[in-house]
Amino acid sequence: MSSAAIASHESYLSSGWNWRSWLTTLDHKRIGILYVVTITLLFGIGGAAAAMIRLDLLTPHSRLVSIETYNKLFTLHGVIMVWFFLIPSIPATLGNFLVPMMIGARDLAFPRLNLASWYLFVIGALFTIYALLAGGVDTGWTFYAPYSTTFSNSQVFAAATGVFIAGFSSILTGLNFVVTIHEMRAPGMTWFRLPLFIWSMYATSLILVLATPVLAMTLMLMAIERTFGIGVFDPALGGDPLLFQHLFWFYSHPAVYIMVVPAMGVASEIISCFCRNPVFGYRTMAYAILAIAAFGFLVWGHHMFVSGQSAYAGTVFSLLTFLVSVPSAIKVFNWTATLYKGQVTFQAPMLYALGFIGLFTIGGLTGLFLASLGLDVQLHDTYFVVAHFHYIMVGGAVMAFFGGMHFWWPKITGRMYPEGWARFTAILTFIGFNLTFFPQFILGYLGMPRRYPEYPPEFQVWNVLSSAGASLLAFGYALPLIYLLWSLRYGARAPANPWNAKGLEWETASPPPSENFHTTPVVTEEAYAYSRAESPHG
Amino acid sequence: MAGQVDNLYFAWLVLSGVVALAVAVLIVWFAIRYRQGSAAKRTLADAAEREKTMRRIEIVWTVVPVVLFLVMFVWSARVYYRSVAVPKDALPIYVVAKQWMWHAEHRGGEREIDELHVPADRPVELVMTSQDVIHSLSIPAFRVKQDVLPGRYTTLWFTANRPGEYHLFCTQYCGASHSHMVGRVVVMEPAAFKGWLSAHANVPTMAARGAQRYRQLGCSGCHGAQATVHAPRLEGLFGRPVQLHDGRTVLADERFIRDAVLLPTQDVPAGYEANMPSYRGQIGEEELLEIIEYVKSLGNATQEVVP
Repeated sequence: MSSAAIASHESYLSSGWNWRSWLTTLDHKRIGILYVVTITLLFGIGGAAAAMIRLDLLTPHSRLVSIETYNKLFTLHGVIMVWFFLIPSIPATLGNFLVPMMIGARDLAFPRLNLASWYLFVIGALFTIYALLAGGVDTGWTFYAPYSTTFSNSQVFAAATGVFIAGFSSILTGLNFVVTIHEMRAPGMTWFRLPLFIWSMYATSLILVLATPVLAMTLMLMAIERTFGIGVFDPALGGDPLLFQHLFWFYSHPAVYIMVVPAMGVASEIISCFCRNPVFGYRTMAYAILAIAAFGFLVWGHHMFVSGQSAYAGTVFSLLTFLVSVPSAIKVFNWTATLYKGQVTFQAPMLYALGFIGLFTIGGLTGLFLASLGLDVQLHDTYFVVAHFHYIMVGGAVMAFFGGMHFWWPKITGRMYPEGWARFTAILTFIGFNLTFFPQFILGYLGMPRRYPEYPPEFQVWNVLSSAGASLLAFGYALPLIYLLWSLRYGARAPANPWNAKGLEWETASPPPSENFHTTPVVTEEAYAYSRAESPHG
Repeated sequence: MAGQVDNLYFAWLVLSGVVALAVAVLIVWFAIRYRQGSAAKRTLADAAEREKTMRRIEIVWTVVPVVLFLVMFVWSARVYYRSVAVPKDALPIYVVAKQWMWHAEHRGGEREIDELHVPADRPVELVMTSQDVIHSLSIPAFRVKQDVLPGRYTTLWFTANRPGEYHLFCTQYCGASHSHMVGRVVVMEPAAFKGWLSAHANVPTMAARGAQRYRQLGCSGCHGAQATVHAPRLEGLFGRPVQLHDGRTVLADERFIRDAVLLPTQDVPAGYEANMPSYRGQIGEEELLEIIEYVKSLGNATQEVVP
């Protein structure tokens, strides 16, 4: 497409650049960008806390900050990263932008609700930032009772209120996606022609709608006990502390799938495109996503093997956990098989996606260590767990988020990102990530507990390695911010379909017009109808 | 125990190493062989044939993990069940956790803080509770860990083989000084352990302290031999099944006695009125453990024993 053609078309970006046009927009694409800006700022806060944690852990004695401050730092890091970055990361940004475009719709089913979701999210984030400025929270992101309800003298209420409000943002977004995917597919876009990214958004939305209310109830019960002394969780008040854990993990385990299922969707799109191959076993992949979402609701008790939960309950949860890992394993094998007899190229999104497979595989396999009853006793609440869930949630979800941001950047902004820098960053992130978190598996098996600002000196060498890796990782996360912003002004103009990719979003201009498509597209072929004769440009 | 956990760990290490390596090798191999423009053949079988092959492949890599996982599940569950079944001859030590210290009391009345002296080559059972928030007692060298909760007893056991000193950590975040809630486990040769005990022997035993509390709190007024109130006798109670008035049968363990003292109307034995007052708020965790130890010491005696 010639640059003259691009200049002439009215895009969603050119329809007004004042504050009002952004803050009152009902365009799903603009709301997606509002989310990108918001979660990037919050990622910065959460990342700064992580940097201070890793710096402090360089020495066995907490030299940089007091132990009270350290406790607040890891709580802040967890609360911000989980609820204000990872949960909205892919669904609220790429999901918002792409769900209507991929199914050939003009917008989400409820554009006003969509904007309301973002405002709720911002209000929730402001409460949490207030909690930080007003002295911080020291409960850990898990808010375990009775510490959080009776003993902690920190801003538990404000932080929990923030998370509570942000939860409604999740629920509304989920609801919006479910209705949109059911009702607004273009003619010919049958369920089994949907891109796997849409399947992943659909499954994620179901979890958002069904699990988040349980979090809201849990936080509310916690606030009631903390404020009015009504015994729910504290045995001194006649409550049961394990009840809190059951309720909390009933939400928070499915929440892990809220973070990683969208990543699976992104990886499927990218891998298929850069292999010029349909995703191996498309239907299996779709069913696997649904199975993960459904089984994800039945495994929460594996967070509680040493909590005092009965041994028989533990056994059932262990078995179910092994079963939920089967669809994840299938997905890894199917992505691998998608490369077979392809025309593989290695643009930055592909490097991120391959990195995602590698890190997700290690994260998944180490999850099996933890699902094993007899072994979890040793590994529970050690750095092994920390390493494991970072491999899934950061190695998996964040790699895919960056991969997706690069892949769809030309579509979103109408500009190409600098390919060389992006490839370098993808590789740097992969290396930095492994250097940061692999040593933590070793620390965990040696027995180093989580949430320890001070630790026995024999653990220092692994902590130093981990902190060294974290400094590389920090560059990996900071560089895209620089070159992607740079590309907004200096990047080459993007054609409508720079990757020669399949999917309706590539059939409209980059950046798309406000109404996405000038005429409603009609779908006549399966998803990923790649032919090996073509190749991606770039 | 530690050996069994390590076997499981290394089995997983090998298994996941093989899987991760296989995936990595395949990805790198495919990525190089099928890179864009390479000469590798890409001819495909016809669609029907391909469909059949794909289904077969998918069945294989679904069934193989399921079988492997089931084997690992059974193995790890067996290790776990062994780790939660406390041997009958285990030496009990009582542990009360509080922000931010570990308080241990031996049956002989010896008390220690943030230290745990135990004999080698003998199973040791820790009966644990918390006075405030949830803690977790972890001894990595023995591969044991158990959360310690307020309002109930949890137990863990281990047999230490090599004399020496080992880390004891709190692994459930419990507030500001969580990372200072650490201590050491001192494993001693059985003879040395006896010596350590006798060096601290100038204190009353736990049961003796319990007996004293038992009288001070007026328990003996109702449960004693001369009592006129219709209250159950406690001799020989511990470890026996108890019929309750609502038809249930429960085991008279530490938890049962604890609940009987603090929540006396919860599990009323068959044939008795729910007329015992609660001692909630009047009795500390350590005292309660001493009373339990006293009730245990009553054994099968028909007469109330006051040691």
